[in-house]
Amino acid sequence: MTETQNIISAPRQRHRAVNYRLWLPLTWLSLVFGAAIFAPWIAPLDPLAQDLLYERLPPAWEQGAEPGYWLGTDGLGRDVLSRIIYGARIAIVVSLIAATAAAIFGSVLGLLAGFMGGWWDRVISRIIDIWMAFPPVLFSVLLVAVMGTGLASVIVAIAVIDWTRFARVVRAETLVQSQMDYVDSALIGGAGRFKTLLQEVLPNVLPAIVALFALEMGIAVIVEAILSFVNLSLSSDAPTWGGMIAEGRATVHYAWWVLVFPLAVLFLTVLSFSQLGEGLKRQFDPVLQ
Amino acid sequence: MIIRSFLARFFSTLVTLFGVAVVVFVLVRIAPGNPIAMMLPPGATEEDVARLRALYGFDKTLIEQFFVWLGNVIYGDFGTSITMRLPVSELVLQRLPATLELSIMALVIALVLGGSLAVFGARFRGRAQEVGVDISTGAALSVPDFLWGLLLILAFGVAWPVLHISGRVDPHMDVDLTTNFYFFEGLLLGDFALVSSVLSHMLMPALALGLPLAAMIAQLLKQSLKEQLDQDYVNLARVRGHGETHVILSEALRNAALPTLTLIGVQFAFLIGGTVIVERLFAYEGLGNMAIDAVINRDLPLIQGIVLLFAVLFIAINLTVDLTYSLLNPKLRHD
Repeated sequence: MTETQNIISAPRQRHRAVNYRLWLPLTWLSLVFGAAIFAPWIAPLDPLAQDLLYERLPPAWEQGAEPGYWLGTDGLGRDVLSRIIYGARIAIVVSLIAATAAAIFGSVLGLLAGFMGGWWDRVISRIIDIWMAFPPVLFSVLLVAVMGTGLASVIVAIAVIDWTRFARVVRAETLVQSQMDYVDSALIGGAGRFKTLLQEVLPNVLPAIVALFALEMGIAVIVEAILSFVNLSLSSDAPTWGGMIAEGRATVHYAWWVLVFPLAVLFLTVLSFSQLGEGLKRQFDPVLQ
Repeated sequence: MIIRSFLARFFSTLVTLFGVAVVVFVLVRIAPGNPIAMMLPPGATEEDVARLRALYGFDKTLIEQFFVWLGNVIYGDFGTSITMRLPVSELVLQRLPATLELSIMALVIALVLGGSLAVFGARFRGRAQEVGVDISTGAALSVPDFLWGLLLILAFGVAWPVLHISGRVDPHMDVDLTTNFYFFEGLLLGDFALVSSVLSHMLMPALALGLPLAAMIAQLLKQSLKEQLDQDYVNLARVRGHGETHVILSEALRNAALPTLTLIGVQFAFLIGGTVIVERLFAYEGLGNMAIDAVINRDLPLIQGIVLLFAVLFIAINLTVDLTYSLLNPKLRHD
C-alpha cells in the first residue's frame, strides 16, 4: 500500500509537464457540471418555450438576430443557448449514473474473475467475449427498443453494454496484483480471501478504475447523444444535445447554428473526459511517467 | 499441435456464437408488444390468433422456440420482416454490400493515412514532426466516429461543399448493376461516372470511420518502427549507404508490421460496428441504417437478423485474425 502511495504522491514537479492534460479538461467539465446544476438560474430563457415568430433566428452577432437570443433559435423558436445549458443536465445525469453502474458491476466481476480464477474466470471471461461481439451502438439501440424509450432505458443500456470495459481492465489488473508478494503475505497472515481482495487488491486496482470511469463518462455522453440523435432517448421536446444535433443536421444548410453550438459543446465535453481519463492513467501508471 | 490449438479455438468460437444466439433470442423475446397482434388486422378472432401463434411457433415452450429458431438460422432462414413482408435474409443481403464497401474504404483510408503518418513520424523521430504526429493522432483518437462525421459534414458539406452529405449515389443516376457492390462493380465495368458519384458520397462516412483507426495504426506502427530502427540489421543497411526513408520502408517496415496487423484485424471488427451510426448520420443505405429503421418500426425479426449478422462478422474476423497471427508468428503458437 505504502509503495503505491509513494508513487502517486511522488515528486510533484515531474507531473508538471502533463498537468494541462488534467487542468484544461477539468476547467471545461466544471463549467458543464455548473451549467447542469444551476441550469434554471443560468439559462436566459425557458428551454421548452416555443415561439413561432422567432424561428431559426441567427446568433446575436449575425444580421437578423433578436436581442436576448444569444446563440439564436431552432426551428420551433426555442432558445439554443438555454437548450444547451439544460442539455448539460441530461448529459451529466445519464453519464454519471450509467458510468457508476457500469463501473461497479464491471469491477466486481473483474475482481472476481482475476482473483478467484478457475471457473469464475472462465465463465466471466466467456460472458465478456459474448458481450463484446455486439457492436455497442447497435446493442444499445436494440436494448432501448426492447425496454422502450426514455432516460432510464438509456442509462440501463449504457451500463449493460459498457461494464465489459471495466471487467476486462480490472480483471487484467487484478491478475497482476494477485501475483504480488503482499497478497501472499496477507493470505499467510490469516486474512480471508474476500478480506484480502477488498483490503489489499482493490485499493491497488482503484486508480485504473478511476481513470476508466472518466473515459466511460465521455463514452456515456456520446452514447446518450447518439440515442437522442436517432430519437430513441427522450422525446424530441426535451433539450438533449443529440436531439439538437439531429435537428441541426437536417437544417444545416440554412441554420448552421442549430448544429454548430451543441456540437461544439458535445465535442469539448467528450474530448475533456477522454483527456482526463488519459491524464489520470498517466498520473497513476508509474511505467508511463 | 497446431491443429489441436486451432480446433480448441474453433470450439471456443462455437460456444461464443451459441451465447450470442441466446442473448439475441432472449432480448427480442422479452421485448414488450405482441408480435402476433401487430400482424393481424383489428377484429381478428381468437382462432385467428391461435392459428397464427401456431404458425410462428409461439405456442411451444421458450426453449423449443429457441432451438427451432436456431435451426432455421443455421439454414439461413432468419424469418420474415414485419414491416417489409420480405425474408430477413434477402433484405440483409441486399444491404450488406453497401456496408462492406464502406468498411473496406474506411480500412483503406486508415491504412494509407496511418501508415504514412507512422513512417513520417519514425523518419523524423525526436523532432518537431514527431511531436506533430503524436498530437494529431492523440486528438484523432479522442474523437469518436459520430463526432468526426458531424465535423466532416460541417467542413466538406457546408463550409466547403465538395462532397455529398446524404445517400449512397446520386439519386438521378441510373444504377443498372447485377450486384449491390456499386463501387467495385462500377470500377470493374469502367463506369467512372458511377464510381465518382459513389466516391463523393462514401468518402466522408469512410473518413469518419477510418480516422480513429488511422490514429491507432500511426501510433502503434511508429512505436514498432522506432524499436526496429535501433536494431543491427538496420544499422547495416545504413552503413551500406541507404537513406533513412529507404531503410524504414524496405528494411524496418516488414519486421515492424506484425503487431499493427493484429491491431488492424481486431479494430476492423469494431469499425464495422461503427457503421451503424455513421450510416445513419450520412443517410447511407447500408445495414446499420436499416437496423435503426427496424428498431424505430419495432420490426423485431429484422433487428434480430441484423444484430446476429454483425455479431457473427465480428467473431469471424477475430477468429481469422487469431489464426493468421499464430500462423505468421510461430513464437506465439501455444498448445
